[in-house]
Amino acid sequence: MNEPVLEIRGLNKSFGPVHVLHDVDLTVRAGEVTALVGDNGAGKSTLIKCVAGIYASDTGRVLFQGEPVHIRGPHDAAALSIEVVYQDLALADNLDVVQNMFLGRERGSRWLLDEASMEQAARETLASLSVRTVTSVRTPVSALSGGQRQTVAIAKAVLWKSKVVLLDEPTAALGVAQTRQVLDLVRRLAEQGIGVVLISHNMANVFDVADRISVLYLGRMAAEVPAKDVTHGQVVELITAGRSGELGLARPESVVL
Amino acid sequence: MAQSSTASKDAAVPDFGIDTVPMTTPEALRDYLARLRAGQLGSLPALLGLVALVVLFASLSDVFLSLNNVANLLAQGAGQTMIAMGIVFVLLVGEIDLSAGTASGAAGAVLAMHYVENGNLLGGMGSTVFILFISVLAVAALLAGLLRIWAGVAMSVLAIVLAASGIAANPWIEMLLALCVGTAIGCITGFLVAKIGMPSFVVTLGLFLAWQGVILQFIGEGGVLGISSSPVLNNVANGNLSPLGSWLLFVLAAGGFAAATLGRHFSRRRRGLVTQPTPLVLSKVGGITALGLAATVLLTINRSSNESVVVTGVPYVVPIILVLLTIGTYVLNRTSYGRHIYAVGGNREAARRAGINVVKIRASVFVVCSSVAALGAIVYSSKVGSVDPQAGGLNTLLFAVGAAVIGGASLFGGRGRVFDAVIGGTVLAIIANGLGLLKQPAAVVAVVTGLVLLLAATVDALSRQRASTSAR
Repeated sequence: MNEPVLEIRGLNKSFGPVHVLHDVDLTVRAGEVTALVGDNGAGKSTLIKCVAGIYASDTGRVLFQGEPVHIRGPHDAAALSIEVVYQDLALADNLDVVQNMFLGRERGSRWLLDEASMEQAARETLASLSVRTVTSVRTPVSALSGGQRQTVAIAKAVLWKSKVVLLDEPTAALGVAQTRQVLDLVRRLAEQGIGVVLISHNMANVFDVADRISVLYLGRMAAEVPAKDVTHGQVVELITAGRSGELGLARPESVVL
Repeated sequence: MAQSSTASKDAAVPDFGIDTVPMTTPEALRDYLARLRAGQLGSLPALLGLVALVVLFASLSDVFLSLNNVANLLAQGAGQTMIAMGIVFVLLVGEIDLSAGTASGAAGAVLAMHYVENGNLLGGMGSTVFILFISVLAVAALLAGLLRIWAGVAMSVLAIVLAASGIAANPWIEMLLALCVGTAIGCITGFLVAKIGMPSFVVTLGLFLAWQGVILQFIGEGGVLGISSSPVLNNVANGNLSPLGSWLLFVLAAGGFAAATLGRHFSRRRRGLVTQPTPLVLSKVGGITALGLAATVLLTINRSSNESVVVTGVPYVVPIILVLLTIGTYVLNRTSYGRHIYAVGGNREAARRAGINVVKIRASVFVVCSSVAALGAIVYSSKVGSVDPQAGGLNTLLFAVGAAVIGGASLFGGRGRVFDAVIGGTVLAIIANGLGLLKQPAAVVAVVTGLVLLLAATVDALSRQRASTSAR
């Protein structure tokens, strides 16, 4: 079993009176894809945003490579090389692939950018991910398809030597072929030793790429199981009811109040 | 389609992307045509329009292509072209600066008053107005400090020093003062838009009116401040380089362009990056050099209509525009600041997430715009030889925005180059000049200019549509 790169222990988050996350535990292992599934409102995005530093968690501990860390803002997360690829893609349409991948972290001096070195690095990164769908790294993002944009956003995370990449529904808006491309890419991220968290509603995708499945049910972590140990039906039950046979949250009648 | 993920890294590198293979010239041309068809037009429509207009007016008027008129045309259009160059920066982040015209007028009024009053701004303005003027500059310095735009602080403080010291009239000091006042004005605009978060349209509409009042206050109803008696101030737009100077300019400009273009080309080639084919690059450099050569030869011929006077040489406005164009292009294409301007214009949220200081970038473009507009004011004031209460008012700003848009800059942000402003400014200058030569009334000039702007906006909108539909 791979080393855990990111561990979340007993995380709680409330928005005013609404308790969104209850004592959530999540383990992300290097070189594995962890699928984070759950119904709408189960707290998936909130959990991701807590890890990314966009929301401050109320209580709970975060261990990064075994060391306790405090993530107080997006900069802390970036400093730990935790990268989030958002649903709405943080890419500028008018800039090309290279410019987007290096945005905010350009190489060269302030007064003279080193375009050649950036272009080479971008090309090497895309090649290391076996991306062959982007014909030129100098294509403006506006001319790319949805899948290609997703590819660029993910490659950006690799370029910056991220240790953990959080993908929030990367395939939600994509067609069949493009979804395939992105899922292949997710797999290759893990092969490079990165800890990947994939949020998805699509069970087929989850079973396709995930090594482990974590199910959130109404803000509680219902189960964290290896993907090969559960069936499609069991996961659906976990998502909708919070338990499936022996798996999942304890039955209400067995809870001692 | 992605292939199997088991491909080895070594195989993947040559495999990736067709753009590691150098293109041949016909391939590059075909690629260019494909991009045109996909709606990435750049400044091609404006350039074609420029050629069409030149041909049209040359066939209708004998005077149009006369050397005298060409030199005159360059000087006529220079002021508004410079303001347009500043506007491009603001348009790039998706904002608008309606006040750039009157802000430039205010800078011009300060320049003229400093000259006419021999540096005694206190006497020229009256003590109340002078104290207010200094306070506004101080506020601008403070706001620039809050934005951490240190150049803005320095220029605003320099304006206070120059104004308060009462230093005697000197054309260079006056031009510097005008530039500093322009920068200070930009700091105020930038703060209100970027930090307070008011829409730029409203902020600059208000400032447009305010600066107009300031000019009127400085110059007085019906007053005129003449500056043509200063040889330097007069020569900015009316003087010419000596023939030797003209040739030096040609060597510097053509040599610099060739060195920059070819240097970049061969260094990319050495590093194994994709380049345009060498013959294409060489012919581009050769073509531009030939154009420059022809222009220099023609402009160093005596073009005076009076036998006793000799008028030769390239007008000073040409090197002024070339320097601004070079600096502007360098800043936008080669510095991280320029890159961040494009990013903020393309996707503000993406820029913020990438760690770019969006507030500072948005504020700074207004500082750049007003500063460049103040330089434009020096040129257009020099052209007419005086500053009156209408300086920079009326259509100045709208023509400048029009020039940028005709050249290919987008009002929605993220797209445009400083070069666009030069092309668009030239188109507008040619229309005004050509129709004037054909003795057309102002009504016709206005209608034609408006139609050309509409045409440019249509081309922009259609190419955008094309680009977005061909993307997916």
